[in-house]
Amino acid sequence: MIWNEEFETLPREALEALQLKRLKNLVERVYTAVPYYHKKMDEAGVKPADIKSLADLVKLPFTTKEDLRLNYPFGLFAVPFETVVRIHASSGTTGKPTVVGYTKNDIESWAELMARTLSAGGAHKGDVVHNAYGYGLFTGGLGAHYGAERLGAAVIPISGGNSKRQIMIMQDFGSTVLLCTPSYALNLADVMKEMRVDPKTLKLRVGLFGAEPWSENMRQEIEARLNIMAIDIFGLSEVMGPGVASECIEEKHGLHVFEDFFIPEIIDPETGLPVPPGEQGELVFTTLTKEAFPVIRYRTKDISRLITEPCSCGRTFYRMQRITGRTDDMLIIRGVNVFPSQIEHVLMSIEGVEPHYQIIVDRQASLDVMEVQVEVSESIFSDEIKVLEKLGKKIEREIKDLLGVSCKVKLVEPKTIQRSEGKAKRVIDNRKL
Amino acid sequence: MKVEQISIFLENKSGRLAEVAGVLAKAEINIRALSLADTTDFGILRLIVNDTEKAKQVLKDNGFTVGKTEVIGVEVADKPGGLSEILRVMKDHNINVEYMYAFVQKSAGNAVIIFRFDELEKAIDVLRKSGIRIMRGEDICAL
Repeated sequence: MIWNEEFETLPREALEALQLKRLKNLVERVYTAVPYYHKKMDEAGVKPADIKSLADLVKLPFTTKEDLRLNYPFGLFAVPFETVVRIHASSGTTGKPTVVGYTKNDIESWAELMARTLSAGGAHKGDVVHNAYGYGLFTGGLGAHYGAERLGAAVIPISGGNSKRQIMIMQDFGSTVLLCTPSYALNLADVMKEMRVDPKTLKLRVGLFGAEPWSENMRQEIEARLNIMAIDIFGLSEVMGPGVASECIEEKHGLHVFEDFFIPEIIDPETGLPVPPGEQGELVFTTLTKEAFPVIRYRTKDISRLITEPCSCGRTFYRMQRITGRTDDMLIIRGVNVFPSQIEHVLMSIEGVEPHYQIIVDRQASLDVMEVQVEVSESIFSDEIKVLEKLGKKIEREIKDLLGVSCKVKLVEPKTIQRSEGKAKRVIDNRKL
Repeated sequence: MKVEQISIFLENKSGRLAEVAGVLAKAEINIRALSLADTTDFGILRLIVNDTEKAKQVLKDNGFTVGKTEVIGVEVADKPGGLSEILRVMKDHNINVEYMYAFVQKSAGNAVIIFRFDELEKAIDVLRKSGIRIMRGEDICAL
């Protein structure tokens, strides 16, 4: 079902007129309110008045994760701080997270977007929404929560973890809609099997999965094992959180980008130039309505392409193909963004530890597991086991503290980590999606 | 009084120990005593050899992480109660054994126990006062 018939089915012409109006307003706003954007636009030689059509968008400079880092924590907020009502954060590339803020209106927009998403996935008023996205600084939990309430569903804010309890609650509360990462959905299927719970006896009907890359094979597996429809949803905290784009249950082919709120672009990551329509490249978003934390041409580093053909569901929004990769080395471990540079940051902060490491990611029992192999140099080596074990535990703890994801540290002999062309290969991802 | 011991970090992979032995054999180094401590992921090989510096160097040259630690060697009669007596003395003085290993001397009929204590100097002092014979490093290396 279409949640907002008026906007979601706007004829392209009217939609583009609305986008242009909002874009002009956005550019004017950030130019006035955010010194950093002001400076960047001046450097690029572009003034708000230069934005006369949507085609002028490309004149604006990109925003990158590095820009966010330089303005940590609140430097890119475009409203007086008193009007910010919510702050979320995601992984930065080093020790500091990427911080985003929301005004009351932003929270309202977000709820609207997630209500649209849930509705596109077949959820409706009266559903029991089992929200197993993590609640906290991560945008997944609260973002989906407000949308489900807006939809008129009953939300179970169960958050992640403790699968047995999740399944008990699904049985007892009659959950009909499951929200979590796709890998966690498979983990729930594994635990159900262990508990001898037949998914057919549950009321689950549909699941909306996001926050990590997955594949058609995984979709089929989830659908078969949980006896539900599985829908791919997309979002990132820098742009909004979940609710940026969503598949429709009619087609399950490409995710409709809510274009009255966001302008998607696909660029060549090398040149920064737009790719020909329909071709693959890096996904870039401009937020049209966001007040507290607007972004202009934010480079997601996610690889996708745009599908411009009309969709049978009636929505006029273009669709983005499911994410097929990244332009950087970011990993998504159990829904959490992890940059190898963060691990390096932790290792460098521990005395004597040299940054010779390798991250090995695997999927065991449908859950991501991360092993960090650290080479034992003379400066940390000890003839006592307990000293080495303590060191391993310390690294594990500090990585967990920084990333919010647990890992196993394995101490390895020097030079065992593969070095190709003098540069170490940092990540080995053995997951098969 | 003290004996130099070298320790080597080994991953739990087949063949690693053989490589260490091979490197030492090639350098004509004789191993006097050894112990291997293992965990799930790695092991620490501790060795007392006839030429510590040379052993350390050749192992390093072959890419091993090598450490050097001071331990002490104590000679006890090769008969029941020999070890018990030493440990009782240590316990009475609150000295903790980090690890230990032992071997028997063929000729003298004595056992040699290698100790790593948390407080090395204090341990030496206590052992001496209790009349327990601490072996000289060079004697152990030359055994």
